[in-house]
Amino acid sequence: MNKIQEGIPSRSKDQENLLVLLEETQNKFGYLSRELLAELAKALGLPISDVYGVATFYSFLSTKPLGRNVIRVCKSLPCYLKNAQPIINCVEQEIGIKPGETTLDGRFSFQLTNCIGACDKAPAIMINHDVHGDLTPEKISQVLAGYK
Amino acid sequence: MPEKRIVLRNCEVIDPRQIVTYLERDGFKALEKAVNKLTEEQVIEEVKASGLRGRGGAGFPCGLKWELARKAPGAEKYVICNADEGEVGTFKDRYILEGDPFTLIEAMVIAGYAVGSRRGYIYLRAEYHYLLDLLSNAIGQARERGFLEHFDIDIREGAGAYVCGEESALMDSIEGKRGEVRYRPPFPPSKGLWGKPTIINNVETLMNIPQIILNGASWFSQMGTEWSKGTKVFSLSGDVEKPGVYELVMGSLLRELVEGLASAKNTKMIQVGGATGRIIPYEMIDTPLDFEDILGAGAITVFDESRDIIDIIYRNMEFLAEESCGKCVPCREGTEVMLEILERLSQGEGTEKDIRALQELASAMMLSSLCGLGQAAPNPVMDSLQYYRDVYESRIRKS
Repeated sequence: MNKIQEGIPSRSKDQENLLVLLEETQNKFGYLSRELLAELAKALGLPISDVYGVATFYSFLSTKPLGRNVIRVCKSLPCYLKNAQPIINCVEQEIGIKPGETTLDGRFSFQLTNCIGACDKAPAIMINHDVHGDLTPEKISQVLAGYK
Repeated sequence: MPEKRIVLRNCEVIDPRQIVTYLERDGFKALEKAVNKLTEEQVIEEVKASGLRGRGGAGFPCGLKWELARKAPGAEKYVICNADEGEVGTFKDRYILEGDPFTLIEAMVIAGYAVGSRRGYIYLRAEYHYLLDLLSNAIGQARERGFLEHFDIDIREGAGAYVCGEESALMDSIEGKRGEVRYRPPFPPSKGLWGKPTIINNVETLMNIPQIILNGASWFSQMGTEWSKGTKVFSLSGDVEKPGVYELVMGSLLRELVEGLASAKNTKMIQVGGATGRIIPYEMIDTPLDFEDILGAGAITVFDESRDIIDIIYRNMEFLAEESCGKCVPCREGTEVMLEILERLSQGEGTEKDIRALQELASAMMLSSLCGLGQAAPNPVMDSLQYYRDVYESRIRKS
C-alpha cells in the first residue's frame, strides 16, 4: 500500500513538509482518509496523532470525502451585511444539500467559510480557488454551471 | 481629503505581470542604493528614523525589529512576508499583491540585506491561491534580472486558518505543524523560524521600504502624527456606497474616509480593525485614524441604522471562537463561553448576571491570553457594552 510513496517527489522526509504533503495528497486523492494519514505518518516517521492533528486544524484540508468542486460561501460580517444569507439559501436550493454536505453525485461540496478578503465585492463565495463576488441569487445558477 | 497613494503608487498603474513596467518607475533603484551606497546598519537606521510601524495591526517599530534580528548571532536568518490577511474586512494586501508584487519583492531583498538573511518566504493564505501564479511570475522575472542573487524568495501557502496571521502561529505553520501560538520570549528576531533569527513583516509594511530608502527617512516622518508616521491603507466594507481600498495620511479622520471617500449614509456605528477591533458609534466619527487613537490593520466595516448591535457582536464572537487555535485556556474557553452568553442575550434570554460574566471574562482574557486573538476578542464586546448598554438592558428586560 504505497500510494503516497509513489506520489512523493524527492523531498526530505521531515515534519517541515507535512502541510505541503497533506495538501498535495488531498489534491491527488480527493481527501485525507485514515489510511492515507497512516501512510503519510509512516513515510515521515511521525506519530499518526500529529499528522491527524495537522490535517484537522486547517479548514481547507478534509478528512471526509469532498466533491469534485468545493463551494465556500463567506459568512463573515461584511458579506452578512450584503445579504450572504439569501446566497446560502439559493445554493442550498440549487444543489439540494446543506452546508457541511456533499452532493450524491460527488459534484459539489458545500461549506460556509470565514472572511476570504473579497469584502469589496460582497457577498462573495469561492468555488475551488476561484472567487465570485457581487453575487445575487439570480447569478448563482450560472456561476455553478461553470463547474462540472 | 484626497487619497495619498504612496504604498499604492503602482497599483493600477504598472502591469503586475511585466517587470519592465516596474523598472520604468524607479523599480529596484532603492535596492541598488541600499546595497551600493549604504551599509546594512545605515539601511536599518533609515528605517528606524522613518518611524515606520507595522501595518498588520500590532504596529511594532519596523526598524527596531530589523535591528534586533541583525544583532542576533547566527548566519542563518529569515525574512517572512505575512500575506495571510485573515482579519475580517481586510483586503488591502490582496489589492497590493494584485497590483504591485514587484515593490514587495524589492522590499524583501532590502530587508534580507539589512538583517543578513539569504532567504525569504511569502506566507500566502490559501484563499489567495489565485494570486500564486502572479506572485511566482513576478519572483521569476526578478530572478531572471539578477535581483535575487544573494537573497531568494519562496512562497508558502496556508490552508485556511485565521490564527496563522499571528506571527508565531505562522512560523509553526511553515514548519508543518498546527498553527499554534508560541510562548514568548524568545521573540522571532532572536529565535523564529526553525529556531533562527527571523523578521516577520506585513505586506503593507514592506511596501513602504523602497520609497523610504529612495526619498529618505525625513520625507516619510514628515507625514502623519507624532507616533504614527506615513500613510495607511484602509479596507472599506459594509454599509457604504463605495467599498474598496483607500490610502490616507496617518491621523486622517474617520469621517473623511467613511463619508468623504466611501459615501456612507445613515451610519449607526463603525468597526475599526476587524473582528478584534474597536466599535465606535457614529457620534465619534471625527476620531483620528492612527495608533494613538484607533487603527488596527485598517479594516473599516460600516453599519447603518438598520443593524442590531448584539447580533453583530454575537456573529463577531462566533468567528473568533471558531478560529481560536485552542492552545491557551483563556481564549479557547473564554470565546466559547462569551459566545454562549451572547447567543442567549441576542435572543432575549439573557440576564444581568450574564453582563457581569462577560466583564469578568474580558479581564481574564485580556490579561492572560497567549496572543492578540484572545487578548482582543473582548474588545468589541466591551465597546458595545460601553456605548449600547441600553440595548442590552432592554433585551434583558424582555426575558
